[in-house]
Amino acid sequence: MRALVWIIEDTWQATVAQAAEYLPAQAEVTLLHVADTQTEGVARVARHGLLGRDPPDRGREGELRAISEQAAKELLDDARNAFGRPVECEARRGRVEREVVAAAEDMDILILARDGDRAQLGPRSIGPAVRFVVDHAPCRVLLIWPDPAPSLTTIPPPPPGPPRPR
Amino acid sequence: MSSGLALALALVVLVLALGVAAALPRYLPAAAVLGALLLVVVGAVDVSRAGDALRALAPTVGFLAALLLIAEGCRRDGLFEAIGAVMARGSRGSPRRLLRLVFAVAVGVTALLGLDATIVLLTPVVFATAVRIRTSSKPHVYACAHLANSASLLLPVSNLTNLLALHASGLSFAHFAALMVLPTIGVVGVEWVVLRRFFATDLRRPRGRGTEQARPAVPRFALVVLALTLVGFALSSLLGIAPVWVAAAGAVVITVPALRPANAVALVRAAEPGFLLFVFGLGVIVAAASDNGLATGVRDVLPAGTSLPDLLAIAALSALLANLVNNLPATLLLIPVALASGPGAVLAVLIGVNVGPNLTYVGSLATLLWRRVLRAQDTEIELGEFIRLGLLTVPAAVVASTALLWLGLQV
Repeated sequence: MRALVWIIEDTWQATVAQAAEYLPAQAEVTLLHVADTQTEGVARVARHGLLGRDPPDRGREGELRAISEQAAKELLDDARNAFGRPVECEARRGRVEREVVAAAEDMDILILARDGDRAQLGPRSIGPAVRFVVDHAPCRVLLIWPDPAPSLTTIPPPPPGPPRPR
Repeated sequence: MSSGLALALALVVLVLALGVAAALPRYLPAAAVLGALLLVVVGAVDVSRAGDALRALAPTVGFLAALLLIAEGCRRDGLFEAIGAVMARGSRGSPRRLLRLVFAVAVGVTALLGLDATIVLLTPVVFATAVRIRTSSKPHVYACAHLANSASLLLPVSNLTNLLALHASGLSFAHFAALMVLPTIGVVGVEWVVLRRFFATDLRRPRGRGTEQARPAVPRFALVVLALTLVGFALSSLLGIAPVWVAAAGAVVITVPALRPANAVALVRAAEPGFLLFVFGLGVIVAAASDNGLATGVRDVLPAGTSLPDLLAIAALSALLANLVNNLPATLLLIPVALASGPGAVLAVLIGVNVGPNLTYVGSLATLLWRRVLRAQDTEIELGEFIRLGLLTVPAAVVASTALLWLGLQV
């Protein structure tokens, strides 16, 4: 069994712990982190607005990328240590949701955490990136709650039924 | 040369210079200077008129150079590392707390050191801080990119456009700042409300558990120079000194202790001599376009009064022009025309040209060219989200701040 575990900065511990709990010992596990290049792109857009002040040959062009790659490496190292079994690590860069789906190709299962509002059950517990991945994943998906799941009472009462036909 | 032909030529040169600015920033000074020379040689602009344009720009360009040196001095003294450490500690891992701190810091840095400092020096620190505390960096980097423009209304030193207007309008440093306090509050308020909603999902995320931060060293020297420079600016009109001399003094005090033969070139480059040349060249190009009919055209379109609807129209047109071409040529073109209606109209122009660029940032023309370059560099950037956020903030911010400017002008 080939398993992909997608970790995000603020929920990686819960994701790794639950993946270690559910995946069988013989599973080939890959931990995945995707750095969002859109944010770096916005910083570049802003620099470009300076019209040649701070030109690219000043060596600051790769500054954000270096910060981002170093942080991804540290995060994956922490996650590998927390997993406690031999695992592969994969660091990707790009549009997060697309990269995760691409990395899930040829996998048997993808494990990921909800990235939205974790106070109540419902669609808002899933943000746009996880929504895209869940909708497009080319394999089975295990979607975890990073915290204990909220209680059933957080579901709003059902809407009134349709009007009775006359 | 007929003025119609001269105008057409000046506009072509302007578009080419901006195209070079977008596609090949390295050749930007050469493009602007050669363009300006060409216009002088073919007689689209008189030598004496070009000289006047250069003389009028000289104090502003000197002012900008001094400000860039002060910002570089602050970086050298560790101001931005200290800011990063303070943000990391103060946020305690919470993305919402971090956003509050980023707003405070970005407004402060933009107002005091100018938008360049926020983009070049602060943004990487904010990115690194968000990454280090392991939270989403997106809302925070967007906030920096937006506030670099929108918080640049407050002081004359916050944006090159303000310096151009200050010199032309005859307002004192303190008077300019007093009139721009309310508009700045309006713009920053709109940014705050919209960004909080736009990035609600990212900001609702739990605390990151990043590595602990050491307490930073306080950059005393930079802070003292900065404080004294600011006091100098505020008192400049009372003392009868042009604020450019205060900036020059600040730049000398912060730069000279660092001066060594080995880093002299780097220090000169920090003042961006190439960009300063570009501004001079652009000034001549815009003067050629203005004198050959563009100013008349602008005068026909720009409202002449300072009633609230007039100011709103001025700000909106300025924002539009800044997005079509770029805010620098827009400012050079609009300020002389708006001056006829008084300082209120000039400040309305500044609201448009400073806040407006959050829509397309470099001007749509340059953005279009630039996207081709980026694609060639294998770095795909989705501008859709950026422009959506701009559409949500810019119109509301321009209206709110112009209304507040009008209110301030009534007292």
